[in-house]
Amino acid sequence: MAVEIRIPTVLRPAVAGQSVVKAEGGTIGELLGSLAREYPAIAGQVIGSDGAMHRFVNIYLNDDDVRYLGKLDTKVAEGDVVSILPAVAGGSD
Amino acid sequence: MGVLKISRELITRMISHALDEYPLEACGLLGGDAELAKEVYPARNDAASARVYTLNPLDHLKADRAAEATGHEIIGVYHSHTHSEAYPSQTDVAQAPDPSWHYVLVSLKRTQPVVRSYRIVAGTIVEEDVVEL
Ligand SMILES: [Zn+2]
Repeated sequence: MAVEIRIPTVLRPAVAGQSVVKAEGGTIGELLGSLAREYPAIAGQVIGSDGAMHRFVNIYLNDDDVRYLGKLDTKVAEGDVVSILPAVAGGSD
Repeated sequence: MGVLKISRELITRMISHALDEYPLEACGLLGGDAELAKEVYPARNDAASARVYTLNPLDHLKADRAAEATGHEIIGVYHSHTHSEAYPSQTDVAQAPDPSWHYVLVSLKRTQPVVRSYRIVAGTIVEEDVVEL
């Protein structure tokens, strides 16, 4: 089943400039796996070498942060929209 | 040299947000098209701190959708420095999420707020002109 993944500007060069890509999978992890197979340049940018989500990336399934659902095991269904967003932070120190 | 084109009204909204949150750091996103800002999206600072900010991811998602709905996209981020200059800190540089973004700083160090904008690419800070429309 194909699910839409919204790609932030910083990662678009890794997916041929697209803002939205479709990927196959039943969970967030499977979707990101098939995304990385199709676009190898994005592989290390969302999932680290330890197989977990990078802490400087936030992934939303519709309106929910997948960190508070099942992380990479979160199930996805037809019509869901997954959004990848860079973590935005800083400070004055 | 880069440039950020932005209306006085949007600049005023960023300053007002920074003053509202004082003494904590305020943060938000800029929507628009490349060098032209069309909207500001105030966001919650999850760090609730006077020294650091973590932009609330749900606010980011909402801003991203709102920008897209008007045919724009997120082109940058603003945040306040309550007691330091309007210049990116080491933390700001280390955590800069996107080399295509504008990084707007609102300093409240002095009586008169100061707003400046920068590009941060591969760890290098380059100030750009803020052109009021
Ligand atoms: Zn800062």
